[in-house]
Amino acid sequence: MLARFIVKRLLGAIPTLLILITIAFFMIRVAPGGPFDADKTLPPEVQANLDAKYNLDQPLFTQYLNYLGSVLRGDLGPSFQYSDFTVNELIAEGFPVSIQLGASALALALLFGVLIGTTAAWYQNTRLDYALMGTAMTGIAIPNFVLAPILILIFAVYFGWLPAGGWGNGELRNMVLPVIALSLPYMAYVARLTRGSMVETLRSDFVRTARAKGLPEWKIIGKHSLKVALLPVVSYLGPAAAAILTGSVVIEQIFGLPGMGRYFVQGALNRDYTLVMGVVIVIGLLIVLFNLIVDIVYALIDPRIRYE
Amino acid sequence: MNASAPAVSRFDHAAAASGRSLWQLAWLRLKRNRAALGAAIVLGFIVLLVTFGPILSQYSYSEPHWDSISAPPSLETGHYFGTDSIGRDLYVRTLYGGRMSLMVGLVATGVALLIGVAWGAIAGFVGGRVDNLMMRIVDILYALPFMFLVILLMVVFGRNILLIFVAIGSYIWLDMARIVRGQTLSLRQKEFVEAAEALGVRSWVIIWRHIVPNLLGIVAVYVTLTVPKVILVESFLSFLGLGVQEPNTSWGALVNNGAQDMEFAPWGLFFPAVLLAATLFCLNFLGDGLRDALDPKDR
Amino acid sequence: MTDANNRVADAPLVSIHGLTVDFHTEDGVIRAVEDLSFSIPRGGTVGLVGESGSGKSVTAMTLMRLIPQPPGQISAGTIDFDGLNLLSLSERQMRSIRGKRIGMIFQEPMTSLNPVYRIGEQVAEVVREHDHLSRRAARDRTLELLDQVGLPRPKQLIDSYPHELSGGQKQRVMIAQAMSCEPDLLIADEPTTALDVTIQKQVLELMGELQSRYGMSLLFITHDLGVIAEVANDVVVMYRSHKVEEGETRALFKQASHPYTRGLIACRPGLESNPQRLLTVDDFMTPEGQSIEVSSERLTPQVKRSQAELETSPVLLEVRDLKTYFPVTGGLFGKVIDQVRAVDGVSLTIRKGQTFGLVGESGCGKTTLGRSLLRLTEPDHGDVIFDGVNVTAANEGTLRHLRKRMQIIFQDPYSSLNPRMTVADILMEPLRQVNPKGSRSEHRDHAGDLLETVGLHTSHLGRYPHEFSGGQRQRIGIARALAVKPEFLVCDESVSALDVSVQAQILNLLLDLQHEFDLTYLFISHDLSVVNFISDYVGVMNQGQLVEYGTAEQIYKDPQQDYTRRLLAAIPKAS
Repeated sequence: MLARFIVKRLLGAIPTLLILITIAFFMIRVAPGGPFDADKTLPPEVQANLDAKYNLDQPLFTQYLNYLGSVLRGDLGPSFQYSDFTVNELIAEGFPVSIQLGASALALALLFGVLIGTTAAWYQNTRLDYALMGTAMTGIAIPNFVLAPILILIFAVYFGWLPAGGWGNGELRNMVLPVIALSLPYMAYVARLTRGSMVETLRSDFVRTARAKGLPEWKIIGKHSLKVALLPVVSYLGPAAAAILTGSVVIEQIFGLPGMGRYFVQGALNRDYTLVMGVVIVIGLLIVLFNLIVDIVYALIDPRIRYE
Repeated sequence: MNASAPAVSRFDHAAAASGRSLWQLAWLRLKRNRAALGAAIVLGFIVLLVTFGPILSQYSYSEPHWDSISAPPSLETGHYFGTDSIGRDLYVRTLYGGRMSLMVGLVATGVALLIGVAWGAIAGFVGGRVDNLMMRIVDILYALPFMFLVILLMVVFGRNILLIFVAIGSYIWLDMARIVRGQTLSLRQKEFVEAAEALGVRSWVIIWRHIVPNLLGIVAVYVTLTVPKVILVESFLSFLGLGVQEPNTSWGALVNNGAQDMEFAPWGLFFPAVLLAATLFCLNFLGDGLRDALDPKDR
Repeated sequence: MTDANNRVADAPLVSIHGLTVDFHTEDGVIRAVEDLSFSIPRGGTVGLVGESGSGKSVTAMTLMRLIPQPPGQISAGTIDFDGLNLLSLSERQMRSIRGKRIGMIFQEPMTSLNPVYRIGEQVAEVVREHDHLSRRAARDRTLELLDQVGLPRPKQLIDSYPHELSGGQKQRVMIAQAMSCEPDLLIADEPTTALDVTIQKQVLELMGELQSRYGMSLLFITHDLGVIAEVANDVVVMYRSHKVEEGETRALFKQASHPYTRGLIACRPGLESNPQRLLTVDDFMTPEGQSIEVSSERLTPQVKRSQAELETSPVLLEVRDLKTYFPVTGGLFGKVIDQVRAVDGVSLTIRKGQTFGLVGESGCGKTTLGRSLLRLTEPDHGDVIFDGVNVTAANEGTLRHLRKRMQIIFQDPYSSLNPRMTVADILMEPLRQVNPKGSRSEHRDHAGDLLETVGLHTSHLGRYPHEFSGGQRQRIGIARALAVKPEFLVCDESVSALDVSVQAQILNLLLDLQHEFDLTYLFISHDLSVVNFISDYVGVMNQGQLVEYGTAEQIYKDPQQDYTRRLLAAIPKAS
């Protein structure tokens, strides 16, 4: 049952990925400029040689088909800008950084978001509730690229407790600020989402039943309400993961981290076709995979959902 | 709460004043919501400020003053928010940036509104295969890493305000389409729509008279919540250096510049960041208040 | 010593004294229960009757101390439960009473069980909490309980989720859960209202059986006097937050002292007697609560029109082998994998001026049949012939014309009126359909007349639907249908969502309108008493088919089919 569902969903993702690759491919190709524009005065024969080497002399559609073919084989091609590296190698280098950053931020957002939201719902319409939700709203209103410099200013420049940037070898102290900056807005959002659905769940008939059964409050909140109230939060995880991956583009830039986001913006500016395409494909795949996991988790929590 | 509902309903006939529409009731509830009202007032103030504020300054937003580079805020010099690294007046620039951010927010939301409402209403009203196909397209687009494509678009076609509107609007409409479609679908099954059908009222009249007025509430809420989202996306792009082109500016671009010099000129970060955050904060609060006012069962 | 023992044994299990409950809302304080006193004897059953908003559910929730505070507030009174003052217990002490000594079941079995936990888990957690049983012992106890409440194959059912059970089965699980600690008192708040009549009968029987086995007391809350007569020894009647009457059930039905109770008893259509019009509470009591004499003309019995009279009028509607199927889709691209045969080959004839009653349990296809006649749902097969015109084959123009002659009145008075339109606009929409050239003021006057016809006032024209009560909304819905001067009306469960006293008013209105405008009705309802009151002919539907069909007299006095007999036997009969 589950296996069939997964296969089906993965098959369903093929059109999505195909559209993504197609849009990105043609968009970057019809753009003016090329990968070797920086070295302005290339002799025509060198240019021609380079074009031939990278198959840029062939008709665009042929290049597209060739590219699709090599992507299918798992080969993202050579990088134009980092001429000694393939895109696979560059991504293999940046991917772990981005993933570690994103996953930590998502986990942090989820954990504290749910905790704060549940607390606020439990103390519904009290000062604590208003304070928590006011703070959460502020968290949503402050974009992470505003938050990040402020955090650096306070914790790195003023107190000097944590490094202002750099990855080191992914040590904890290097990760603290970027992860917090990346996760806070989503934490705030999860908190608001949890509170809303928790408040609604606490009013439902089955919670009334649980109370009538004489269960203690912690069981009513932690068992009967939370599992149902988490459903909207779980559905939000898909979009949240996509947003965090996007957000990590600026966070990597602000903190100077060697993740995929950096390659993406740089690559796009330098017309490094293959590198940009590579990052887009990996991000697209990640989102597809993550959505699949979210769907499975959702079905695990809610027995009314069936894998078709 | 369930237990109180019957008790209340006993009195609602006596209590209800005659001829008060749902809109009027929502307005009354909104006025009673102090947080939302406060947010609306602050928002109004910010709009007035960015519209008329620049008149109060002698400086232009683009002219550099090489004699006062990175000057701190001062009432005497008239640089109320200080100057930036090439001596441009930050008070005027921040307000100009605000105009840009708000305008992008409104126009892109407008684009999203048009496409999203039309798409969602058609899918929901027609139903069946058409609905299936239209929503399948939305699903596919939904799974695309859109911000990356937008970034690509900006890089490829250069920074162009029109393009920003189109790019943001064309991806933010997906949410709108989904919400409107869901709402239309549920309205379509309401008995008052069936009653109109049974009376032989034509389809477009049903849409106009029975579906659209009942969609307005949720669309209003959604628009209020979409504007801050768009402003955020624009400032994100501007922060990456991909948004509006110099000497034009927006809050995102100003925050980016300010962050670079924040160690010795923190005012460059402070003012645009505060205004940006306050605007997003108020819009979100207003949207929330609007939702509570239009959908009182939440309270 | 013996004295004290005797006193305890004789003392009622629960005595409520001077209970007053308030709710603080934005529009001020609402007194939901005022100065209520009554007691529940040990092992006895007390019925608490009242219409929606009378305060009966609030009373039950207060007994369990489950009123949310705020906005609720218990302003005065005491509740004595076996020597304990429930209102002075700590929350912790109260928790050890809920579920353990007082069990409770609710109206909505669909939403009262947690959708994400297995049935067994939900029942077992009560005994685990109160009797501290081990996981294994709790499971054994759960199996035993599920068996006791008559659920089939408890071993399999224990591991299923609520959505996999039918409504009746869920209510049985709720009962098992409430009974699990063998409580002294069971509070049942409208436990059978959401169930079909045959299922209701089974559930009531089960409750009676469990009560005598465990010797517990029962507080049975309902709006349905018929049910009360079957289950309760004593009745407390509530009206507008007050107790208006209390007494032994049988005596109360024979000789009620309060005019409201008399009205309530009289306004229920019975199977035995068929009055010309139903009496309503208003016939017994002024709006201020003053008792009045019932005028004698109100009591003239209904004369059912003779068969000969009914059969001479011309045929208005003929249905031939009508089938309406709903596709069941599945898979990635919504392929049709199965179909539900909602209406499966129904044929019937309705003559001009008749009322054809269509009864059946939920899901039998009666509503789909009604909608298919008007093509609000497209039938798949068969013909509907209305006054010689084939409705099923009609093109759009013909259909629009036909729709002025055939109208429908819906069940839900809350969703059947557009909340954004004034009553005037709602009524003027059909008027414009009929007469597009008419001026606005002309239409408005006409709309005012329509309101008067259905018992409302012209001054209501400027109001919005949310400013009306359920019964008033239903009147507006009827006025809208009448606006196009139809000949044929489908009434789809049109009185089911209303309180009995309001239901009687609307039924009377429908009868009056039928005489005044020479209407023909298809009256769809799950309530056999109501159908008996209003119909000349009755059809019984089951699983998409018309299983029996005849005059009301034939169906109710001499049913031919087993299914019909079972339905009739399940109706609670007021003694």
